Amino acid sequence: MKRQRTFRGGIHPPHNKGCTETKQIVDLPPKREILFFPMQQHIGAPCEPLVKVGDRVLVGEKIGDSSAFVSVPVHSSISGKVEKIAPVLTPMGTKSLAVAVKNDGLYEQVEGMIPRNVDDLSPEEIRRFIREAGVVGKGGACFPTAAKLTPPPNCEIDHILINCAECEPYLTCDQRLMVEYAQGIVEGLRIVLRLFPRARGVLTLEDNKPDAIEALGNQILPGENLEVCVVKTKYPQGAEKMLIYSVTGREVPLGKLPSEVGCIVLNTRTSYQIYDIFATGRPVMSRIVTIAGGAVARPGNFRVRLGTSFFDLLDAAGGFRVKPAMVLAGGPMMGVSLISLDVPVIKGTSGFVCLAPEEDTIEEERTCIRCGRCVDVCPLGLMPYRLYLLATRRDYAGFENALGMNCMECGCCSYSCPGKLHLVQTVREGKRSVREIWKKKEREATR
Amino acid sequence: MNPQVNLQDIFYTGASSPHIRPENISIPIVMRDVLIALAPAGIAAIWFFGLKAANLMALGVLACILSEALWQKMAGGKISVEDGSAAVTGLLLALNLPPDAPWWIPLVGGVFAIVVVKQFFGGLGQNIMNPALGARAFLLASWPVQMTRWSIDGVSGATALELLKNPETEGILPSLGEAFLGQMGGCIGETSALALLLGGAYLLYRRVITWHIPTVYIGTVMLLTFLLGREGFFTANPFYEACLGGLFLGAFFMATDYATSPMTKQGEMIFALGCGILTTVIRLYGGYAEGVSYSILIMNLLVPLIDRFVIPRPFGGGYGHE
Repeated sequence: MKRQRTFRGGIHPPHNKGCTETKQIVDLPPKREILFFPMQQHIGAPCEPLVKVGDRVLVGEKIGDSSAFVSVPVHSSISGKVEKIAPVLTPMGTKSLAVAVKNDGLYEQVEGMIPRNVDDLSPEEIRRFIREAGVVGKGGACFPTAAKLTPPPNCEIDHILINCAECEPYLTCDQRLMVEYAQGIVEGLRIVLRLFPRARGVLTLEDNKPDAIEALGNQILPGENLEVCVVKTKYPQGAEKMLIYSVTGREVPLGKLPSEVGCIVLNTRTSYQIYDIFATGRPVMSRIVTIAGGAVARPGNFRVRLGTSFFDLLDAAGGFRVKPAMVLAGGPMMGVSLISLDVPVIKGTSGFVCLAPEEDTIEEERTCIRCGRCVDVCPLGLMPYRLYLLATRRDYAGFENALGMNCMECGCCSYSCPGKLHLVQTVREGKRSVREIWKKKEREATR
Repeated sequence: MNPQVNLQDIFYTGASSPHIRPENISIPIVMRDVLIALAPAGIAAIWFFGLKAANLMALGVLACILSEALWQKMAGGKISVEDGSAAVTGLLLALNLPPDAPWWIPLVGGVFAIVVVKQFFGGLGQNIMNPALGARAFLLASWPVQMTRWSIDGVSGATALELLKNPETEGILPSLGEAFLGQMGGCIGETSALALLLGGAYLLYRRVITWHIPTVYIGTVMLLTFLLGREGFFTANPFYEACLGGLFLGAFFMATDYATSPMTKQGEMIFALGCGILTTVIRLYGGYAEGVSYSILIMNLLVPLIDRFVIPRPFGGGYGHE
């Protein structure tokens, strides 16, 4: 029997993908008049607005940009007048300055959005175009893709992995994309491979998505340096380091990036987006969003323009069946719980999961019974119970020593704790405190 | 629910992910599983030793639950007997008593286990020794006569291990079949290897425990007993000796106690290896005929040390990163 490709540790949460994984993606035009475009939709430096209140903007017009390397511009997805520039709550859970555009319904396009032939472009031009089109990692972290495709010069990249794992429960937007738009995903990978001619392209997905496996497999030509790699269905299979290990058997060294072991990992959606921007000449202006959870009447997958209000999606999904216990941007394992529903869709929004009261299974903390499950399930081989104790005792030196800062916050420990301890939550707090200490030290050093 | 109504006004308090927890993993469920796994041993105890075994078990469980509730009430804490851990301790203690123990033995033992061994150290998860074994050691030291009255079918006599240790003692050794089924003298819950194996299999199936501790523990005892032998090398029957005494009860139910076993699998195997070596050495060369309780207690005390040095290898490298 062939060894099943996987990693050590991890958990098996219920998938809960059933109610949306077979639903076709539906195009949803924005209904509410004003669309918000936050200037921070990525990791890195936020953009500066390039427009003023009262300006008319067009579809595809760049409305925010930054000169920093780790940053990408923001484009308008509609045409209309800039109403105001003010901070809004984003699905990332933070406030960001946003450009509010009033939709005039004309969808007048900016000039110059013409398809590009990749054959005519140099690698530098390709990277430049990817940045200018505002492509970011669609897995949730929203790391600017162009920066990712520019590894340190001493790294020999031999694997480009397309992360189609989508290991978060409820979310199916990537799965639907693979089934319906497999060609675009593979085309996107081919474009990336132009930048790394010596690399092999690997589409990796979990074995619980046979429809997507077939769809992607059909796109691969014989003799091509591409393959579909099926990995075991397990959470967090979609975590970058876990996926690299499952596919190549390589471990990314602590505190290092995947390029260290010759790999670059891109999300499915990112790959499709790369294909799309060259094929249409249009920047990133839309995405597919899953709206699911027991509190929603008709869960589904919708393609929306960026900036569309959550309420539009909710209306399209038939509204709430019951008042949700919580609404999450992203999946239940790593998603952000929203404090207000008045948020726009941004580049990194993979879905909204509205948990019905009966799906809210958070219990009061009991106690640690030293069962060791957290240690068993930690994919990074950390000791969550010890980090938890160190963080509660505010022993931050010990916390750093026990590699607390390497925690990727996947939440396997909290999930599997019979004592219902808030393990990863406490570790997250610990990390935050350590970062504050670092900042303080830096300030003192520069003084 | 009408979507037009006050959607803008819905606000939540933010929560930190993960936002779902499995309902089938919790302390009460773990404890319930242990109780279910002990049921075969409990039934075997009643089958072989009669109603007095049932009495001991009832009194042990009662004493533990009541003393835990009372202590927590007095200490002003939250009463948490509903988690089932006190019941498990009480049942394990009773299963570690001889059939002819007087009625007050499980009561005194239960109070000692809960108050002194468990609550004095901070309650569930904080104790450094297995409460049931700690109490058994206390009872054995305080009332050695009452704690070593063995009888089966109304005939009192020595346990099989005592017979093996001192061949001049009067009594007939059970056959391998009798030892496996439990037809022999001993503590009420330890005699039936079959019942304990069934329970152990259930714990493994439910993933309450993993194979590491029981396999390494029993394996070490069998291998070492076979190697060293009672009358020179390779003279003992390892299968027979494994069925005697409290090895199965200890290996599946006592050494696997979460609070008093290491956190990592490697640590657990070192711990179980230590238990196995100590048990064999005590059985073959020690003053006692049986060594499971003391071996586990001694290794319990070494757990903090094991946990300090046996740590998992972090993904992507060793310690001492920049």
